[in-house]
Order: sequence, then C-alpha cells, then structure tokens
Amino acid sequence: MTLATNPSVAEAAEEVETSRRHRSYGRYVLGKVLGSLASLAFVLVVNFFLFRVLPGDPARNLSRGRFVSKGQLAAFNKTYGLDQSVPQQFLTYLNNTLHGDLGISIKYRVPVSQLILDRLWPTLLLVGTSTILAAIIGVWLGIRGAWKRGGAFDKASTGTSLTLYSMPEWWLGLLLIAVFAVGWGPIPGIFPTGGLHSVDAQPGTLSGVLDTAWHLTLPVITLTLAYLADYSLIMRSSLLDELGEDYLTTARAKGLRDIVVRNRHAVPNALLPTTTVIALSIGFVVSGAITIETVFSIPGLGLLGVDALETPDFWVLQGTFMVASAGVIAANLVANLLYGLLDPRVRT
Amino acid sequence: MSDLLRMRDVSLTYRSEGGDVPAVRNVDLDLDRGEIVGIAGESGCGKSTLASTILRLQPPTARVTGEVLFEGQDVLTMSWGHLRALRWAGASMVFQGALHSLNPVQRVGDQIAEPIHLHDPETSDKQAHLRVGELLEQVGLPAARARAYPHQLSGGQKQRIMIAMALACRPRLIVADEPTTALDVMVQAQVLHVLSGLVHELGVGMLMISHDLSVLADLCDRIVVMYGGRVVEQGPSKLVFGEALHPYAEALSAAFPRVGDPAARYAPSGLPGDPPDPAALPPGCSFAPRCPRVIDDCTRAVPELRSFGGDRQASCIRVGQP
Repeated sequence: MTLATNPSVAEAAEEVETSRRHRSYGRYVLGKVLGSLASLAFVLVVNFFLFRVLPGDPARNLSRGRFVSKGQLAAFNKTYGLDQSVPQQFLTYLNNTLHGDLGISIKYRVPVSQLILDRLWPTLLLVGTSTILAAIIGVWLGIRGAWKRGGAFDKASTGTSLTLYSMPEWWLGLLLIAVFAVGWGPIPGIFPTGGLHSVDAQPGTLSGVLDTAWHLTLPVITLTLAYLADYSLIMRSSLLDELGEDYLTTARAKGLRDIVVRNRHAVPNALLPTTTVIALSIGFVVSGAITIETVFSIPGLGLLGVDALETPDFWVLQGTFMVASAGVIAANLVANLLYGLLDPRVRT
Repeated sequence: MSDLLRMRDVSLTYRSEGGDVPAVRNVDLDLDRGEIVGIAGESGCGKSTLASTILRLQPPTARVTGEVLFEGQDVLTMSWGHLRALRWAGASMVFQGALHSLNPVQRVGDQIAEPIHLHDPETSDKQAHLRVGELLEQVGLPAARARAYPHQLSGGQKQRIMIAMALACRPRLIVADEPTTALDVMVQAQVLHVLSGLVHELGVGMLMISHDLSVLADLCDRIVVMYGGRVVEQGPSKLVFGEALHPYAEALSAAFPRVGDPAARYAPSGLPGDPPDPAALPPGCSFAPRCPRVIDDCTRAVPELRSFGGDRQASCIRVGQP
C-alpha cells in the first residue's frame, strides 16, 4: 500500500515547488504594481482636462465686484500661465507634477503641496480613526451576528447597523452636537461644537493632544457610526455564505470547539471579501469627509476641495484630486497584494 | 453481538415550518470491529442523514430519537466534552465531495495535522509533520504534497487527502460518505483500492455509503439497503447484490448490470418514478407506488423487517409469495 518515495527526491521536488510559488507571487505583485502605475498615469491626464472644462474664469471670479483693467486680468493670467495654449499648459502641468510641484493656489497664494499637507493631518485623524474603529467594531458585530444567525444579538446589531446606515451622517452629527455639545435636558454639553483645538491649546504638549482628542470625539463617533454598517453587513453576509460549507462540518467532525471552528476555519475565509472593502475604504481616507468636516468645522481635505471648486482654483483642485486618486489606487494595490497573501487561489 | 457501533431504533426528523419531515425512521444497524458495512440507496433515502448521527453532526433543527452506541456509549446523550474527544479519535469521516470538504485557504498538511494536535496535545510539530508525511505516503501521495493547497490538487488527490486525514488519529471506525461520487471511474477504482486496503490492513471498522451497489458489493461484508428513510433489506453483500429479496434492492442491483451478462444487456432496467418525498410519504410500504409486485395489502401497513435466515432481513410482505 505504501508508496516508496526517495526522500531526497521529495525534498528536491518541494524546493522546486517553493521557488515556483515565490516566483508566481513575484509575478503577481509585478502585474498589480504595473497596473496601478497605469491607472495613476491615466488619472494624471484626466486630472488636467477635467477641471479645464469647468465653467468660470478664475481671474473674473476673484475680481468680482471690483474694477479691474484688462491689463490687470492679463497680468493675472500670465502669472498663472493661463494665457498659454491648453496643450502648452498641459505640458507644463505634466513636467511640474512629475517634479513634485503641484502649483500655487490662486485663492490662498501658497504652494498647493503646502496647503494639502496642512489639511492632511486633520483629515487623517478624523477619517482614519473613524474608518479603523468602524472596521474593527463592524467586523466583530458581523462575526457574532452571523454565527448565531437570527438570535437576539444578530437582530439588534443588524437593525442598528441598518438604521445608522440609512441616516444622513451630517444629520447624525447635528444631533450629537445638539445633545452632547449644546446640552439637552439633564445631559450637559461637555464637548466642543467644532474645530480641532481650543484657542489657548499648546500644540505638541500632552494637554494639546488631549485637547485635540476632546474636539475629535463627537466627529469620530459620528463617522464611526455612519461607516459601521459597511463593515458589519458585509462581514455578516460573507460569514453566512461560509456557514453551509462542507469544510466546517469537517472541522466540527474533528472535534474542534465551536469557537475554534469559527475563528480558525470560518472567519479566515469570510474575511477575504471584507479585507477588500476595508482596504479600499482606507484609500478614501485622504478624500476627506466633506459633510462632517463642514458640520464640525474641521479644516480637512474635503473642505479644501469644495472651496477650490468655487474659484475655480485649478491647482488646488488638481492637487486634492491627485491625492485622493493616488490614495484609492494605492489602497487598491494593497488590497490586491493582501488578497494574494490571504487567498492562495488568487496567486496561482 | 457487535461492539463497535450499535444503532437501535434511530429516527431523525427535521422540523420545518411546513411540518415535520421524517428523514430516517426506526433504523437498526450493527457494525463489528474490522467489518465493512455498506449503506445503499437513492439520493434522499436518508443514508447520509443516518451517518451524520454517528458523530452527532446532524443540523440543530433535527430531532433524533433512539440509541447510537459507539463502543457501548450513547453518542446522542453524551456530554459535549466527551463527544468532542470521541470525534475523529474514535470515529472519523471521509466526506462526500472532497471538493468542498477541505478548507480552501489552509495547506492540506496543516489540515491533516490539526486533529493530531487536538487529540494529542503532547505531539510536537516535528512529530506531527512526520506523521502527516507517513499518512500521505500511505494513501499514495508524496509527503511533499503536504505543502499544497486544496485547489492545487486533483479530485482524486483531494479524496486521498481526506482519507489520510480520516486515518490521522488511528480511529476504530471510519464513516465514508460517498467517498468516490465526484470522481471519474479510473480514479474511483484507485481511491477505493487505497481505502479498502488500509481498512483491512489497519483493522478499522468502516461504514461506507454509496448509491452504487456494485461498488459496495465489491468492498463490503454486509450491505444495508435504505428506502424512504427505512432499512428495506440487509444481508451479506454478495446475496443482496446477486439475489435481492426486496423488489427495490432487486431494481437497484439490476441498475448496475454485470459485465458479460447478456440478459442484462438486452433488458436494460430502470426504475420508473422518483424516490418518495419524506414530507409526504405514501401510506403503508413507501415503495408501493413504484413497485412492480405491488398488491392492495402493501398500502395498508408499514411492512416489518423479517428474517429470512443466514443473517438476511427484508421488509416486504411479497417475499416468499408467488
């Protein structure tokens, strides 16, 4: 019955196989990286033309209501290179962007890269924290609900998720401000209504950090609640898909405890689609959260982009758009690479 | 007297919104140490459902009555801790359709090693690794295949992995549920050869479930034929396959013609109609609506399983009648 195999042959075969596997993952990574670079190049081109077709003339909009001579308008356009032909502007744009120069803001008169860096930190703090919190809580809710489908926990968590999901996030934010910042009945308003720090806060000190955390509490709670359903519902449904699978019966038949069957066999398989969703939504962190940044007056990237639309401030628009696209493309790449690591079927 | 597995009056009912669905009804079954018993029947006759009760793997919506004694202890009433210790170490399973019975994102070697670590926590990784290699070679696969993922293996290889996994903790009983159904005929023969060879070599008892009576006739000592959730005939495999008593067992064995039998060649036989719906069983004998020998009395009462000497039993009032 026993098939005699030469151990050295078996080892050699194993080595060959291992190196082939490494090579195939290497090829997988290379393919995905090249694909991302192509997307980035495409965005670079679209980014320029997209905002050039916007109605409105920046020089006229900025000087609205004041008397300006034709000469002054021409001088303005010359400063920003708007007097050149569109193909010429495009070439300048390409050259500058590739050298890391995103241009000067028409409205603020500072380099766009500086402007974006200043706004990046509040957005990262707000949207990043909320996304991570929502993902962790959502995945946990989804797992617990699906495993005991139809139970009290499942009904309560699914109901809550759906309610929060269908609630406009700005409205939820206003509600929280009304109750916990302004105060309502016996509940004292202990949180600030907006902003990122108090006027007298000293940045860089412990009290400064705590002050920022105190300001971010309500907006982070709002966004976490708003994002929660994205993760809890998808985690729940992908775990439900796995519940009927035969390999779980195998795992039970082996004598594993229910919790081990869940955590070692069912959850790793169910996490695959959820991983993609989480990775992609982390890419959207740098796009900011326009409504919540507005409601809580947080100077983030979302607000910057909306302001720039009014002028229109081409360079700021291009810059924020570029950063947002790069974030999504990078997250997509990370999702793909992660998926390749988690699911052996993808990389072969 | 069988000491390994003794099932007495086992019934399993699925409770659904449309009412109770009896999937298995009053089944008795015995299996001795080292013996191979086959369960035959069409899809939906309750054979896999019956097998699921041996490790108490039936779905939570099912109600099971009767006794399932494994080495004298009732599986249906024992504590969960006791049951978990029994699972795989006492009795293991080779599941139907190995395609989905392996975890797609774990290496097959780790999946084989899992019950080894679970039932003998003293085992070092090194020992488990060696044991996995040994098991793989027993089923005719190179030890290096332990590093493969299920999708890198063929159907036959996956089924061999399942067999290696079932042997991992040296169980006394293996329940093989349609172990070769998804495989083509050549691979099916190989897998069956591996399985029966190991069972004889290791002296393990085996309960083998299949719709293919000819496969069972080759491998098993005894065959149990099920229809509509009940045992309709049981006896030594050569007799059940060659000279069945119950008209259903007869039809089932005629569905697999023997090579070189001109009678079978010129009179291809099939059984008209479908197996009964467990939710709406006909009165009396469940087989009556499809039976070529049916008489009025058949629909009056459920026929008892009667002995016909030489360890043979059949539940048909027409046996022995002209």
